[in-house]
Amino acid sequence: MFEILRASLKTGVVTTRYPATPAEVSSRARGRPEIDWANWKDARPGATICPTGAISYQDANGQREAKLDLAKCIFCGLCAEVDGAIRMTNNCQCATPRRDDLSTRATYRLRGDGTHDQILTGPLVGQPRNPEQRPVETESLETLGKQIKQRTSKLFGRSLHIREVDAGSCNGCEIEIVGLNSPVYDLERFGVHFVASPRHADMLLVTGPVTRNMELALKKTYDAMPPPRLVAAVGACGCSGGSLASTTPPVAAWTP
Amino acid sequence: MTVLPELLSIVTELQKRFRGRLDSVRTAHVNEVYVHATMDLVAGFTAHLYRKWNARLVSFFADDARPGEGAFHLYYVFALDAAHGFIVLRVPVSPDKPEFISLTNAIHAVNWQEREVQDMFGLKLLGHPNPRRCALHDHWPEVYPLRKDFDLRATLPPFQGEHHKFRAVEGEGVFQVPVGPVHAGIIEPGHFLFSVAGEPVLYLQLRLFYVHKGTEKLFESLPVPHCVRLAESISGDSSFAHATAFCYAVERAADVEAPPRARALRTACLELERIYNHLADIGAICTDVAFVTANMHAMRLKERVLRVNERLAGNRLLRGMACLGGVRFDWDTEQLRALADLVNELETELNSLVELIRGSSSTRDRLETTGVLKPELARDLGIVGIAGRASGFDHDLRRDFPHAFYDKVQFTVPVFSEGDVQRRMAVRREELYQSFSIIRQLLERLPPGPICAPLAEVPPDRTALGYVEGWRGEIFHWVRTAPGNRLARCKIKDPSLQNWPSLSEAILGNIVPDFPVVNKSFNLSYSGTDR
Repeated sequence: MFEILRASLKTGVVTTRYPATPAEVSSRARGRPEIDWANWKDARPGATICPTGAISYQDANGQREAKLDLAKCIFCGLCAEVDGAIRMTNNCQCATPRRDDLSTRATYRLRGDGTHDQILTGPLVGQPRNPEQRPVETESLETLGKQIKQRTSKLFGRSLHIREVDAGSCNGCEIEIVGLNSPVYDLERFGVHFVASPRHADMLLVTGPVTRNMELALKKTYDAMPPPRLVAAVGACGCSGGSLASTTPPVAAWTP
Repeated sequence: MTVLPELLSIVTELQKRFRGRLDSVRTAHVNEVYVHATMDLVAGFTAHLYRKWNARLVSFFADDARPGEGAFHLYYVFALDAAHGFIVLRVPVSPDKPEFISLTNAIHAVNWQEREVQDMFGLKLLGHPNPRRCALHDHWPEVYPLRKDFDLRATLPPFQGEHHKFRAVEGEGVFQVPVGPVHAGIIEPGHFLFSVAGEPVLYLQLRLFYVHKGTEKLFESLPVPHCVRLAESISGDSSFAHATAFCYAVERAADVEAPPRARALRTACLELERIYNHLADIGAICTDVAFVTANMHAMRLKERVLRVNERLAGNRLLRGMACLGGVRFDWDTEQLRALADLVNELETELNSLVELIRGSSSTRDRLETTGVLKPELARDLGIVGIAGRASGFDHDLRRDFPHAFYDKVQFTVPVFSEGDVQRRMAVRREELYQSFSIIRQLLERLPPGPICAPLAEVPPDRTALGYVEGWRGEIFHWVRTAPGNRLARCKIKDPSLQNWPSLSEAILGNIVPDFPVVNKSFNLSYSGTDR
C-alpha cells in the first residue's frame, strides 16, 4: 500500500494542461495537409498518389474542379512528397460539426497539357461567399468545442456520457480513445465519461466504416439510447466509410 | 534459385517419398518451396510433414485462378522451424466440382480458415465437424466475395437467412450468458456465449467476423503502393508489423531486398510497436483484477512511447513509416537520441512497475492458475506468439526465420510452460527487456546507407510469402501479383485468427468474473481476424 502511494507521489501530476496550453504535438507529426490553392498548378500527382481519394479532381468544359476531403485523409503525407504546393502541418485538430466543412473545393482554368493555372473559385479568391463554408481553420476546434459545450450544457448539464461503438474499425481509433482515459489526458476532468451501456449514454461515438455484420448491432445500440442523443464519427473510416450516412441518424461531430 | 540446405534435404525426401505423385516442385525463394499436387495427396502429405518433419500448418487459403488456369487453388503453407523454411502445397479444385476435404479433424488449427474458404469462395467443405458459416453472417445472401466474378462495389439486397443457433449446454441450473457484440469497454465487437453453472464456465462459444470489411478483396482493387497504407489498417495495434509483412511479401515477389539501414529501422519500429502494446497489456491485465494504479503507470509509459513514435515516424501508431523497398523516413541524431533516452527511461520505469505489481499479493493471487492453456492444447491448436510461448510452444519468427535485422542482434525468447495469465504477462515483461536490448544494439551498430531500395513496378504472376513476428505473434501475408502493378490475391494471416479458439479452452472451469482478465491476457485482434 505504501509502495503504491510512494510510486504515485514520486510520479507527480502527469496530466497535460490542455486546453490552457496548446496540445503537445511533435513538429514532425503529420496532421492536416494544406494546399496552396492560389498557386496550385496540378492536382493530378496528388490525386494519383493519394491512397484514399482524399485529393480528387474532375475536368469539364475547360475547367477543373479540385477537391481536398479531410474526411478521407489518413495523414500519410505522400501528396506533400510529390507536390510542392501541398504541405503537411502538425495541426491535428480537424473536428467539425458539419461534414461539408471537411472538404475544400477550388475550380481552375484547365490548360492543354493537363495542368491548370488560374484559380477561378475557391478559398482565398475574393471574399468567401459564406464564412461558414471556409475550410477548417485552427480556431474551428474552439468553435466546435463552444458549440458542443452550449449544446451539451443545454441538453445534459455539465456532463457528457459517451458510449463508444466500433463498427468495423481497425482498432487504431480505439487505441487513441482509450488513451483519452490515461492519466496524461484524463478526459473525465471535462465531465466527459465513457459508459458501459447505451442506456446511460448521451452520445454515440462511432468508429469504422460500419460493416454489414455490425449494422444491426449499431442500430440497436442507437435505439437503446434515451433521447436527446448525439452521434459523433471518429476516424477517416467513420467519417467517410460510405454506409454510415444510411445507417445512422444525423451526426453531430466529425473527427477525421 | 538456390534453396537453404536444410530445406533442400526435406524437399528431396518428399520427392522420394511421394514419387510420381507430386506434379511439380518449384523454388520461389531461398526458404520458400512450392509443391503442386492433387487433392487426394493432401491428408497424407500433411500427416507426413507433421510426423516426420515437425511441420506446422501456418496458413491455409484459396485463390480464384479460374481466369488464368481454369481452377481454384488451395494453398497449405507449412513452416519448418528447424529448417528455417516454408513448404507451400498447392492443390487445384475444379469449378465443376467445387469441394474440398477438411483437415480439421486432424489439425484443429485450420478449423476457422477452412470455413472461411467455404464462405468466401463457395467451395464446399467435406468432412468438417462444424461446417457452418463463419465469416459471412446469416444476413448475407449466397454470394462468394473472394471469387473474381464478385464485384467489390456490389450492393447486396437485404436478406435474412437461417438464424445462427448457438449450441448451448443444457441441464438443471445451467444458464446462458450472452455478451456482445457491443462490449462494455472501449474495445472491438465480438459475441461470446457462456454456459455457466453458478460461477464456473462450462462452455464458451465465440462468434466473430463482425468487423469483416472485405480487406483482402480491397487489396485486389488497388495499385500495389496504395496497398501498403491499407495494410496499416488491418489491425491498428499492429499497423507497422502488417505493413512490413506486406512490403516484405511484395519485395520477395519482385526480388528486391531492403537495404541494411532500412532493415534496421524496421526492426526498431517493430520493437517499438511491441513495447507500447506490451506495456498497455500489462496495465490492462492489472485493471481487470482491480489494480488500477498499475494501469495508470502503464498508460503513462505507453503514452511516452507513442509520443516518441510521433517524433520518429510522424504518427503515434507508426503509420506512414513503411514503404515498399524499405522505410520512408530516416532518423537524425536528435531522433536517435530520443529513442535512446526512451529506452533508458522505460527500463527504469518498468523495473518499478514490475516491483509494484510483484508487491501486490492479491494481483498475483488472481493471475496465477487463472485461464490455463495446457501445452498439449496449445500445440494441437497451433497457438502462436505470446500465448503460445506462455504455454511452452517455443516459436518466434525473429529467431527461426530471421527477417529485417533480427539476424544481426542478440536476444532470447522467453518461454514458460504453465500457460496461465501470470505467465502470459511474464512473457510480455521479459520481451520488453529483450526489446530494450534489441533497440540498444541497433543504435550501437546502425548501418549507414540508403533507407529504401527502388521498387517501381512488381512483375506479374509471381507468388511470395511475407512474414513478420508482430508483438502478438506471427503475421503472414501471401501475394500473387498481376500485370499493371496490381495484385491478383493477397492473403492476410493475423495471429489472432489462429489463437481465438484457445480462449474457449482457457476459460473452461474459470469463473465468469475472470473472463475479462483471461481475454485481456490473450488480447487478440478482432479486426485482424475478421479483416
